[in-house]
Amino acid sequence: MTAVSRARNLLHSRCSSHLTPLIHRNLSSFASNIADTSTALTIETSIPFAGHMIDTPSRSVSTTPSEILTFFRDMATMRRMELAADSLYKAKLIRGFCHLYDGQEAVSVGMEAAITKKDCIITAYRDHCIYLGRGGTMIKAFTELMGRSGGCSKGKGGSMHFYKKDSGFYGGHGIVGAQVPLGCGLAFAQKYNKEDTVTFAMYGDGAANQGQLFEALNMAALWELPAILVCENNHYGMGTAEWRAAKSPAYYKRGDYAPGLKVDGMDALAVKQACMFAKEYALKNGPIILEMDTYRYHGHSMSDPGSTYRTRDEVSGVRQERDPIERIRKLILTHDLATTAELKEVEKGIRKEVDEAIATAKESPMPEPSELFSHVYSKGYGVESFGADRKELKASLL
Amino acid sequence: MASIFLSAPVSKDISDFNRSSWRPFLPNSHSLSGASMLCVGGSGRAKNQNAGRLSTNAVATKVDASESSTDSKPGHELLLFEALREGLEEEMEKDPKVCVIGEDVGDYGGSYKVTKGFSTKFGDLRVLDTPIAENSFTGMAIGAAMTGLRPVIEGMNMGFLLLAFNQISNNCGMLPYTSGGQFSIPAVIRGPGGVGRQLGAEHSQRLESYFQSIPGLQLVACSTPYNAKGLMKAAIRSENPVVLFEHVLLYNLKDKIPDEEYVLSLEEAEMVRPGEHVTILTYSRMRYHVMQAAKTLVNKGYDPEVIDIRSLKPFDLYTIGNSIKKTHRVLIVEECMRTGGIGASLRSAIIDNFFDYLDAPPLCLSSQDVPTPYAGVLEEWTVVQPAQIVTAVEQLCK
Repeated sequence: MTAVSRARNLLHSRCSSHLTPLIHRNLSSFASNIADTSTALTIETSIPFAGHMIDTPSRSVSTTPSEILTFFRDMATMRRMELAADSLYKAKLIRGFCHLYDGQEAVSVGMEAAITKKDCIITAYRDHCIYLGRGGTMIKAFTELMGRSGGCSKGKGGSMHFYKKDSGFYGGHGIVGAQVPLGCGLAFAQKYNKEDTVTFAMYGDGAANQGQLFEALNMAALWELPAILVCENNHYGMGTAEWRAAKSPAYYKRGDYAPGLKVDGMDALAVKQACMFAKEYALKNGPIILEMDTYRYHGHSMSDPGSTYRTRDEVSGVRQERDPIERIRKLILTHDLATTAELKEVEKGIRKEVDEAIATAKESPMPEPSELFSHVYSKGYGVESFGADRKELKASLL
Repeated sequence: MASIFLSAPVSKDISDFNRSSWRPFLPNSHSLSGASMLCVGGSGRAKNQNAGRLSTNAVATKVDASESSTDSKPGHELLLFEALREGLEEEMEKDPKVCVIGEDVGDYGGSYKVTKGFSTKFGDLRVLDTPIAENSFTGMAIGAAMTGLRPVIEGMNMGFLLLAFNQISNNCGMLPYTSGGQFSIPAVIRGPGGVGRQLGAEHSQRLESYFQSIPGLQLVACSTPYNAKGLMKAAIRSENPVVLFEHVLLYNLKDKIPDEEYVLSLEEAEMVRPGEHVTILTYSRMRYHVMQAAKTLVNKGYDPEVIDIRSLKPFDLYTIGNSIKKTHRVLIVEECMRTGGIGASLRSAIIDNFFDYLDAPPLCLSSQDVPTPYAGVLEEWTVVQPAQIVTAVEQLCK
């Protein structure tokens, strides 16, 4: 088997969940520089994990060159998509609220690397990149953002309501914290159906102060549901810094009886390690809290400049020192997995792809007026009624 | 496909009221094999107004065979809460995806004994005893429903479900819509409400009005053992989220119900007493006050037609309209709040659709816009009493 075909097989089996068509297209350029994409690499995470009532996993993460290259590609795509959404919002093609994920990409790609599509993810409104990670396409994402009928929610959801049921992505929720009980419900269903899968219920540092979170955690712990609560701590709940909102900003410790792990959320490999660890734990023992220490470059949403409650120096400091994509780029270059020129090629390709996706999305038609009334109720109501003498009536209110 | 099925303005001639929002369809794979299509349930009303739309391939039930009791047929006598239990038990036996979630539903057997014996029969996971955390266990049930489970959420009192209002309104009602149809939420939310015997203000709330505006929810109210069992089964089988309102004072109502299986239609009203002079629309406990008043009215020479609307959302405008066409006078008697209650919506729906058939303004007797007082005398005056109903009918028929 040639290196190229071996690499192709590896990529196909490993990353069928990721943006596979892209990878195949540019595979030849990568493969030529990779001695052997199936070598296992062991990378140390940037900082050790911190644990609450649990022994932390090892800092050494085993990975492969193809996985790291996939990380790079996926994160760069997510970054580009979010920046493009920024411009589209300013051009008034995206309206309403638009919460961007740039800076936090490592959480999404790291998590995807640790799980399968049968595991469920549910998150709040900063969901564009999670949707992409779950297998959503940029075209559907942009189409939804622009409110067209070809979008992932047929244009009726918008930025805060991306869903992809077939790959276990349960959204996309606007009300802060309300998705965590839903996530525990997904875990309950997984336990009920005896599937060996877990649910990652994601929330932010702002939502960490919601009562329903602790209620849900209590129930998940009581019934040992395979729920993993992931706090994406970007240190600001809109304009309020975490130390102003939480008496105890150590979110991984706030589970009290539930163990927690604090993870460097800008290090995709650390995220992957933590998620693998958490999945194994949750399947056996019940809920665990993961706190991802991450950062968002944009403000809370497009209506928030992001500079009134933090300094520009802070933002650029994080960008210089902790940017997830730069970290992976350094890793790739240090381990000679690809050259700078090749990475630049990849980024150029991504830019082009994003532009094409936007162009296609712009072509998509607006929803029909009749769509206003569809999906309010399940079609047919599904109810059959009959009397004791078996005479039957079925009413279908469309 | 567009359809507006609440208060849709229709043409003047009621025979042209072609149930444009109703479209019964021919039995498909979901229906019972070999069953024939009857366009009307066993309520004895004339069928086949609209031959073009309805298939009338069945035998009519006798005109005066009311649904509420089947004295002539063999059956078994039970109390209303036992009827609810029977319905729930049958559905849980039939479909392993049906589960009950609520406080004290398991070992305790339910605070109104609706789930007595279930936890030994079905196990702890199917009859889930929750901590006192309405917001999150309702959220959990909705999350489970997103994956395909069919939870029956029991609120120990409907008033407690106010704590879960966000989950009910935003998630339960909206997820099918905002996901573009990817999810359906086949949950049933049930519990007792209404004014009891000096239970105090917070435990005597009449909350049908609070839920009625939520798009995506169906509301039904049961009033007899017969319709309690039938509606419970229909609600569980429905693909839409259904709120089933029970009444604290009706749980011990005894009646005979058929031995054979039956399922009622969620969108249908029940003809309690056919008449000629005035249409009285009511639901839940007020049905009994109306029937008591009807005795007095009959002695005075009036002939009221009493309809238990059962379906609070959407209204069964077909039955109601036919009745108004016959009697030209309508009185609504309800226990809901005067302001923004079910009666208020029903009154406006009647005016929208049947104005030309009315000989007198539609009257609405509702409970007072006050918190329910503890003192027995005051509590009596909070709700509508039979004497007030008699006076109202006399006033209408003047």
